[in-house]
Amino acid sequence: MPYEEVQHTADWSLRVWAANMNELFAEAARGMNALTGARPVLDVAEGQVPGPVTHRAFEAAAPDPESLLVSFLSELVFAAEHEHLVFENFEVEVDGQTLKVEMDGALLASVNKTIKAVTYHNLHIQRTERGYEVEIVFDV
Amino acid sequence: MIGIQDLKKISDHEWEIPQSFRPDMRVPVRLFATRELLEQIVGDKSLEQAVNAATLPGLVGHVVVMPDMHQGYGFPIGAVAATEFPQGVVSPGGIGYDINCGVRLLASSIEAEAAAAHMNTLATLLNQYCPSGVGKEGVLHVNVPELERVMREGSRWALKNGYASETDLAHTEEGGCIENANPAKVSDRAKQRGREQIGSVGAGNHFIEVEVVEVVFDPETALAYGLREGCLVVQIHCGSRGLGHQVCTDYVQEFQGAVRRYGIELPDRELVCAPMDSPEGQAYLGAMRAAANFAFANRQILAHSIRRAFEETFARVGARYIVPLHQVYDICHNIGKIETHEVHGNRLKVCVHRKGATRAFGPGNPGLPPEYQHTGQPVLVPGSMGTASWVLAGTEESMLRSFGSSCHGAGRTMSRAKAKHEVRGEDLRREMEGRGIRVRAGSMSGLAEEAPQAYKDVDAVVETVCAAGIARKVARLRPLAVVKG
Repeated sequence: MPYEEVQHTADWSLRVWAANMNELFAEAARGMNALTGARPVLDVAEGQVPGPVTHRAFEAAAPDPESLLVSFLSELVFAAEHEHLVFENFEVEVDGQTLKVEMDGALLASVNKTIKAVTYHNLHIQRTERGYEVEIVFDV
Repeated sequence: MIGIQDLKKISDHEWEIPQSFRPDMRVPVRLFATRELLEQIVGDKSLEQAVNAATLPGLVGHVVVMPDMHQGYGFPIGAVAATEFPQGVVSPGGIGYDINCGVRLLASSIEAEAAAAHMNTLATLLNQYCPSGVGKEGVLHVNVPELERVMREGSRWALKNGYASETDLAHTEEGGCIENANPAKVSDRAKQRGREQIGSVGAGNHFIEVEVVEVVFDPETALAYGLREGCLVVQIHCGSRGLGHQVCTDYVQEFQGAVRRYGIELPDRELVCAPMDSPEGQAYLGAMRAAANFAFANRQILAHSIRRAFEETFARVGARYIVPLHQVYDICHNIGKIETHEVHGNRLKVCVHRKGATRAFGPGNPGLPPEYQHTGQPVLVPGSMGTASWVLAGTEESMLRSFGSSCHGAGRTMSRAKAKHEVRGEDLRREMEGRGIRVRAGSMSGLAEEAPQAYKDVDAVVETVCAAGIARKVARLRPLAVVKG
């Protein structure tokens, strides 16, 4: 898995890495889902695949990729709490100051933890040997 | 990493990081702690975060940090920072996502011994009437115009609708309603999140706990607060739920641009801020107050639900038990307030950011009701789960040294992941039940994260603030039943 939990006294900190920026955003979302333990309702008739599925497009514009990342993950926090939806199959396009995401959402079957918010605390997307890397602190 | 060698010792309970420590600091940091607590504090990044907080434009006096401090995001948890009004800044991250997270204490004259046989019923009814846990909705659902009234009026809305008494409001910080709330500055998204959450506890470290007043240290103050040794009390710990989280998310995002516009340079983007007299600052203050009022109403509705659970439980065993629960006080520990304080001999109007710190006004403060004028404000300090909680009183000293503030809890020392690794929720539940504490918890892993081993010793925290003079002991509470998500 291209993400790991980092020691934090009170909140959650997640380190994510990927070969490119688009994949970094997708992995951050997957990592966040793993942290909360969000699982979609499975469609038994269709062979245990998530369902029913809604397709959604999310777009944002911001001065820097870190702000785009916070916007994107905050969108997922809102969808989980307010619409009881969990998303996967992310197709991400980050272009400096704009973001386009296509994703599939299914109703949440269960979730272990809620994230209150995605913070900007020490948030820097960096180029490393692994490609791109970022550490995200969530308020829980 | 900042070490103990970087701190200047002021006394056995007070330390300073001088302004000269880092060139971008605008004020020194004052830390209330014993050497022992300090050794736990330097284990994480909280002191570095306190130094970062000391860079905000318009700060006055010191950034004050409490002995329960621990690493947060932006500000450390347990910090108090005052900026001069109106040209100083307000920082949404310095107040936190859970705007007006706070504690309410209700007291009874029901003797714990006589009630022991009914604690299971009580715990079950509290769990039933006070929804807690991940994704749980509140007991009230309102439409947007009604929600806007809640945000403007706070506990006054609850009073008008039959969920509160005049005494409840008098015994709530700001009377349960912060003036100049502006629901128009709260996003539609925040309103959507709040509409269905009034009267819900939430998850994480939020809880409802039934306790017994185990020891009274100051009988006169305890009497004024309505606390009787051996009797039951109930503590509520929660905040503004998704509505507050969204307000803070929106403004931290928006202020990323504001700092550029106002030429403010900061060591961490989570500290973003705007001058209070700017349009951005005014908008946030209005929205933050609206979220704070929502939290007051939320705890008020929960208090109403708790009273219902008590009445139903004790109605079964005879009329002599049916006595309404009396509200001792309701405090905010994540908030920004415009207050007047003495700084270097001058009376200044400031915005006091309390991030994991409790207001602790001393005797004679006009913000307190007549019955608490001679005692000082009740300061409610919940301990870690299964351990003691404290009722303290604010002092004149706290007005002079900590912007009228004190500690807010035990303070974490261990990450949630480590706590879950070291403690099994089921074992913890069994251990607490073995000590006579009823546990109603939605998630065993959530329970493990809140294990007392993950926190500092609340007694040591309380001893420190009392020895430093910024609060004094009134009573110690021992838990009997815990309800959490």
